[in-house]
Amino acid sequence: MDFDPVLLARLQFAFTIAFHIIFPSFTIGLSAYIATLHVTAWLTGQDRFLRIARFWTKIFAVSFGMGVVSGVVISYELGTNWSRFSRIAGNVIGPLAGYEVLSAFFLEASFLAILLFGGKRVPRWLHVLSAVIVAVGTAISAFWILSANSWMHTPAGHEIRDGVAVPVNWWAIVFNPSFPYRLAHMLNASYLTAGFVVLAVSCRYLLRGDHVDEARTMLRMAIGLLVVLAPLQIFIGDQHGLNTLAHQPTKIAAMEAHWDSSKPGDFHIFAWPDAKAEKNHFEISIPHGSSLILTHEWNGRIPGLKDVPPGDRPPLVTVFFAFRIMIAIGFFLAAAAICGAFLWWRGKLFETRWYLLVMAQTWWMGFVAVIAGWVVTESGRQPWIVQGILRTADATSPVIGPAIAVTFALFFVVYGIIFSAGIYFINRLIVKGLDAATTDQPAVRLGGALAAAGKDTGGGA
Amino acid sequence: MTAEWLLPLIWAGIIGSAVVLYVILDGFDLGIGMLFPFAKDNAERDQMMASIAPFWDGNETWLVMGGVGLLVAFPLAYAIVMPALYLPVIVMLLALVFRGVAFEFREIGANKALWNTAFAGGSTLAGLSQGVILGGMIQGIAVKEGAYAGGTFDWATPFALLCGFGVAFGYALLGATWLTMKTKGPLAERARTQATWLLLVVLGFMAAVSLWTPLEFPRIRQRWFSLPNLFYLWPVPLLTALTAFAAWRSLSKGGDTVPFVATIGLFLLGFLGLVISSFPYLVPPFLTIWQTAAAPSSQRFMLAGTLVLLPLILGYTAYVYWLFRGKIGPGENYHG
Repeated sequence: MDFDPVLLARLQFAFTIAFHIIFPSFTIGLSAYIATLHVTAWLTGQDRFLRIARFWTKIFAVSFGMGVVSGVVISYELGTNWSRFSRIAGNVIGPLAGYEVLSAFFLEASFLAILLFGGKRVPRWLHVLSAVIVAVGTAISAFWILSANSWMHTPAGHEIRDGVAVPVNWWAIVFNPSFPYRLAHMLNASYLTAGFVVLAVSCRYLLRGDHVDEARTMLRMAIGLLVVLAPLQIFIGDQHGLNTLAHQPTKIAAMEAHWDSSKPGDFHIFAWPDAKAEKNHFEISIPHGSSLILTHEWNGRIPGLKDVPPGDRPPLVTVFFAFRIMIAIGFFLAAAAICGAFLWWRGKLFETRWYLLVMAQTWWMGFVAVIAGWVVTESGRQPWIVQGILRTADATSPVIGPAIAVTFALFFVVYGIIFSAGIYFINRLIVKGLDAATTDQPAVRLGGALAAAGKDTGGGA
Repeated sequence: MTAEWLLPLIWAGIIGSAVVLYVILDGFDLGIGMLFPFAKDNAERDQMMASIAPFWDGNETWLVMGGVGLLVAFPLAYAIVMPALYLPVIVMLLALVFRGVAFEFREIGANKALWNTAFAGGSTLAGLSQGVILGGMIQGIAVKEGAYAGGTFDWATPFALLCGFGVAFGYALLGATWLTMKTKGPLAERARTQATWLLLVVLGFMAAVSLWTPLEFPRIRQRWFSLPNLFYLWPVPLLTALTAFAAWRSLSKGGDTVPFVATIGLFLLGFLGLVISSFPYLVPPFLTIWQTAAAPSSQRFMLAGTLVLLPLILGYTAYVYWLFRGKIGPGENYHG
């Protein structure tokens, strides 16, 4: 077997970062939900919201822990796998990651400790505030890391001196051209991902007849959020696409599998792009579809893959299909949210069994869409690691293939165990349900009277 | 004094402090993992876990701060050290994964034994690899044209292994003195006995490293034993001996806090010794902090934020330690 160090370094990094992104995509959204619940419970005095918050906090703690440990790995892998990248882009990427650590990681860790363990030790306002700070911390973290990532797609505000990127304008670096779109797209994706998990769990409880009161609250809250955010995501995605068209035309060409820029673009619902033959097989297309989406004109010209030499084209099949998986899920989720809102409006949300049955099974879709989206944008940037500045093949560390192969195997085994256990434990917490979560964690001091009141009015939602 | 001269010095100070904070803070919770197998039963292990549960995540963040800080301020050093110490770094990361998830998994799962093992094994392996990484940096890294020029196993020397065990035992000592300070009952008493033994072992390792480094590395011998350096430096070993004595005395007299504080003192003195041996080299024996420094614009941009954010971080971190003060008795935890 031939150990190609570049390929192995890429596979290892792709595996560890795809594994990692599962948890932030969930915890960014879930922490915002938990904060909302705490604030609502505080303002309304309804214990129901606190019970729901405690239940999700337990699941949050497991997911967040897995996010932390898999994130520590990334902060070192930039050196172990991509040392030439670190050297050439470190002056720019380093401080952005540094700001993430200083403004987000410490904040999250300390206030999560107060949220998890401090219920009896701090005044209620501080406990509620801690939930809010954790949620804000996860969003700040997203801000910096997406800024760093966006700079790799649309570098700005730097100069190349002696082959090294040197910052000259930090404002231009942080707010580089693709950053606002990417940040909006990813943050919204996190809220959607967590929202659909909450939706699925509430459907599961309603079907089972468990925690009906809380499950109805969760379901209404989820639908209310998703019916706005899921369609909004399609709009943000479209805007993000237009930004990519302006800055990374080859990525767009790969997403659309469009070869000839002198012709208008059809939208291929299905095709098998053939990089060698420079054409698509088995096309099923909407004529002029891509031209309409990207240029809003029937005969609009969109970039073609043949505009650049074959060595500058991204891996076609990966980008093409990952894009289709993402948008298929995106449209399905938007339709599901609108359908739920319609049923709610007709007053049939809790009784429409087929809807609950379907939605109870779709908790994973947000995660798949997030990973597919990242595959599109990261693979679509290839062969560059920093667009136009550094090629991926020139960014690796001087580490031999077998060493990477061995550690890759270790990552695979360890993450496999951790992931299976994590899913198993989260499922166990969901099966145990709210009551167990409430008795596991003793009622907080302020909750004493409220909890009693809440139990009395338990059925009245 | 130019910015090019001063900024790397400031950053070396900041990253050095972050590393010291990491070693002390995560040191005690890794150390508790190492002491896990010697606990009487799972109730005692719950008590050990409870004493660190609110702190471990914040503690580990200093490791990210150290790694990212190196990338921020000394990207060239980061780009050389990580590939040079590739295997110990990856092993450390994997070990930290195992022990990190054990906090939650152990509590939810039915199979405590499995996650006890993950916690103990992960903590021990992480401590060992961190010591090996330290040894690997002290003994020097082969560099050619600004990149790592050695092999996959260059770090694997008896000296690095000695450092590995030294750091691991040091963490175990931190863990034992933490338990002496933060727990009550039979667990605390056993920890006191363990701490007394571990103190002797750690002193042995400190002495071994202190003798080995000047004997094997001429640059370190030169630093310590040339005149007038010797006049300035002789208090370092003396202070170490006094601190160790204070720890031992307090342990035998039933003191709760002094052993932990004195152990921190030992770590600080050990770190000071390493700084004296290696400064201003960040990647000995070739590259100094100035040769590996990031662009001044990067160091300045990050410094502005650090000066605002770091005091805040220290403030709320201290608040969390204050909030969860007091001893954990058998069957207790901080949220119960």
